[in-house]
This record gives sequence, C-alpha cells and structure tokens, in this order.
Amino acid sequence: MDSLGIDVLFKGTNFVRLLQGLWISVEISMISVAFSIVLGTVVGMFMTVRNRIVKIVLKTYLEIVRIMPQMVLLFIVYFGTTRVFQWDISAEAAAIFVFVFWGTAEMGDLVRGSIKSIPKIQFESAYALGMNKFQTYYYIIFPQTIRRLIPLSINLITRMIKTTSLVMMIGIVEVLKIAQQIVEANRNSSPNAAFGVFAVVFLLYFIVCWPISRFSVYLEKRWA
Amino acid sequence: MSELLKVTHLQKAYGDNVVLKDINLSVKQGEVVVIIGPSGCGKSTFLRCLNGLEKIQGGEIAIDGSPVEAESRDISKIRQKIGMVFQSYELFPHKNVIDNLLLAPVKVQKRDKEEVKEEAQKLLAKVGLAGKEEFFPRQLSGGQKQRVAIVRALLMHPEIILFDEVTAALDPEMVQEVLHTMLKLAKSGSTMIIVTHEMAFARAIADRIVFFDEGEIIEETREVEQFFEKPKTDRARRFLRTFTFSKSEID
Repeated sequence: MDSLGIDVLFKGTNFVRLLQGLWISVEISMISVAFSIVLGTVVGMFMTVRNRIVKIVLKTYLEIVRIMPQMVLLFIVYFGTTRVFQWDISAEAAAIFVFVFWGTAEMGDLVRGSIKSIPKIQFESAYALGMNKFQTYYYIIFPQTIRRLIPLSINLITRMIKTTSLVMMIGIVEVLKIAQQIVEANRNSSPNAAFGVFAVVFLLYFIVCWPISRFSVYLEKRWA
Repeated sequence: MSELLKVTHLQKAYGDNVVLKDINLSVKQGEVVVIIGPSGCGKSTFLRCLNGLEKIQGGEIAIDGSPVEAESRDISKIRQKIGMVFQSYELFPHKNVIDNLLLAPVKVQKRDKEEVKEEAQKLLAKVGLAGKEEFFPRQLSGGQKQRVAIVRALLMHPEIILFDEVTAALDPEMVQEVLHTMLKLAKSGSTMIIVTHEMAFARAIADRIVFFDEGEIIEETREVEQFFEKPKTDRARRFLRTFTFSKSEID
C-alpha cells in the first residue's frame, strides 16, 4: 500500500490553513445558527396563530425552503440578486443570508411543533390560576417548549455546520476548499493526498459536531 | 348568606351543537354544590364556562357582582377569585411541588414569597404531603398530584373552587385520600362546585344537588338525602339506578 497522503498536511503551513478554513466554516454556521434561533423562535410563534393569511405565508415560506436545494438558493442570492439589484455583498454575507433563510424556516417549524405538543390544558391550567397570556407563555409554555426543542435544534445545528461545505461553490475558501487546494497543489508529489487530506477534513467535522450532539444527549437525560 | 355566583340564562354551543341551554344557578357563600349527570350532559363544560375557559353564546355569569367574560381584559383578575382543579391535575411538569404552588401567588398576586411558602407548607402538611416540596410531579402518585393541585388552587385564596371530576383519573385506592381532602375543605366553609361521579361522596358533601341532563338542569334540591332516596324526576331516577346493581337484573 502506498502512503495515505496525510504527510502533505505537514508541508509548510498546510495544516494551519486547513484549520483556518475550518474556522471560516464554523464562523458562518455559528452566526447563521444564532440568527436562525432568534428569528426561528419568532416565526415559530407566528406559525401557531390562527390568522389564515399569516399561516399561508409562513407555510409557503417553509415549503420553498424545504423544496429548494440550498445550493440553488446560494446561487440565486450570490450570482443572481447581486446582478439584478446591483448590490455588492460578500460571498460570506450571501452565505449567511441563505443559511439564516433556511435555518429560520426549519427552526420556526421546530418551535411550532414544540409549542403545539404542549397540551392545551396546560395553558388552561395556567389561565385558571389567573395568569395572563404573557405569564403563561413565559413561565409555563416556553420552559417546556425549550426542553423539547433542544435535541431537535441541535440536530439542525449540526446539519448546518455540515452544509457549509456548499459555500465553496460561491468562492468562499472554507475547510473543504482549502483541502481541495492542498490536494491539487500536491497532485504530482503525493498522488494519494486526496485520501489523507479529505479524511482529515472528515475528522475535523466530526470533532466539531460530535461534542454538540453529545451535549444534546446530556440535556435530554437531564431533563427527561 | 350572600350570593357569590350568579348564572342567568347561560347558553353554550359549539357551532350548531347546543351544549348548555338556559342554565340558571346561584351559589351562596360557603355552599357546596354538587353537579351530577350522565357523561356528555354538559356539566364539565358548565364549569369551564364559569371561569371563562369557554366563550358563552348567551346569558350572564357574575362572581361577586363582576361579570365573567372569556374575552374581557379583566378575565385573569376575575379568574383569581375562581379556583379550578382539573381531572388530569395539570401540575406544571418542569417545576417541583413548591414552585408549582408558589408561582401564581408570587408572580400573579405579587405576594411575599416567604409568607406564601409558609402557608404552602402548612397546607401541604394538612393534606398529608409534608416533606414533598422538592418532588417533581412525575415522582408523585396520581392522588398526591391531585392533592397538590388542590393546594395550588387554595393558595390563590379563591372565593369559590371548581372541581372537575377530580377523582375520575385516579386508581380506586387514591380516590379516598382526595375526597377526604375535599370534605375537610367543605367543613372549613369553602364555597365549592363539584362535578363528580362518586355518588356516595356527593351525598356526603353536598349542600345542594344539581342534576344535569342534555344541557339542562333537570332537578335541583337542597334535600340531598331525599334526592338520592326518591328523586322527583324520572330521568334522575333512571340515572341513579345505573349506579346500583340488583341481583334480579343480572339474572
């Protein structure tokens, strides 16, 4: 068996560059996740209102997000809207916009589902104690919703981190792109680098996502 | 004794389905009214109307002279005067016993926490739950949960307490402990409206029996013993008969 091609990572600053790329991925996903959680909570609450127009608008939004591949959205925003509307946004901003657009819809749906899963009589029991709507949501409904929500939203967060690999398609130099550059640059000297380098990228994603999903398991147990 | 609750010409319908037709009832302070009747007769819906959990289509409900309207802005204030205990207890699962008890008095009524806590502990002891303050609802039996729910309602110092089939979800051996608590309450002079299927209990606790059927009050009497021995109406007689087994029927 030939070498696994991991050695190229020790040439020059290759490994440091790879970590820098990883940081770009994590940065984009963390900013997107933060916005998605806040906006998604608001959208999710609106999804539970009875108003028909609000319902139809949000349902359409959710369906668009579900149907459209994220990459197509990235292309529309970064290559399409920048020309049509003549605005000048960076690839990172476009990526964050698309991820937040996606994350808000999915997060909203999770929030909606969690609120709906609280039995109606829990609301009534709070009302019967003289609580108003705000107090009922604040003291009774949200704390229960959050417990149901955390494992679900952590799943969304790890999916977002993984999906950041798409942003290299609009020119962002993140971890996967750098890995590709390293492999390309060393094609002649280490033809096996593709295996070694991409395997390390795989490991890096794992190192980022695994603690997050362990944390969710921990919370689930604690709150069970 | 003064009139605490007054219901006049109450009507409740879900669409075309009329659940309560023209109900009139007034309850005096300190009175224990027991509502009985077959399932689906509207008795639980009636209770839910009384504290504004259901919107009504006609008539008026007044407690202490102030109207109970499901969609009025003052409804949460009015509800503080009306305690309610549900069949399924509905404790808040994410809070332990003491937090379940303190939440509304402290956050809604803005009472002093330590003072309410002291009162809560006294009441818990009274219903045989001393030392359970830190327990979570899932660690308690059904009967214990229901007693906590009763204490929770009491701590709001309501003027009247509604009990909606509070023993219906309990195992038989736990029914007694809850009924006992309610009997004690009744003796202490609380005003109560109780919906129940426990006939022996109804007979023991009631100052007045109200018999519902098909959304109407069919019979209403303070002669409780008389009612159970010899109801005036045919429908009440038939209803009461469903609670007894006679050998001849089995043969």
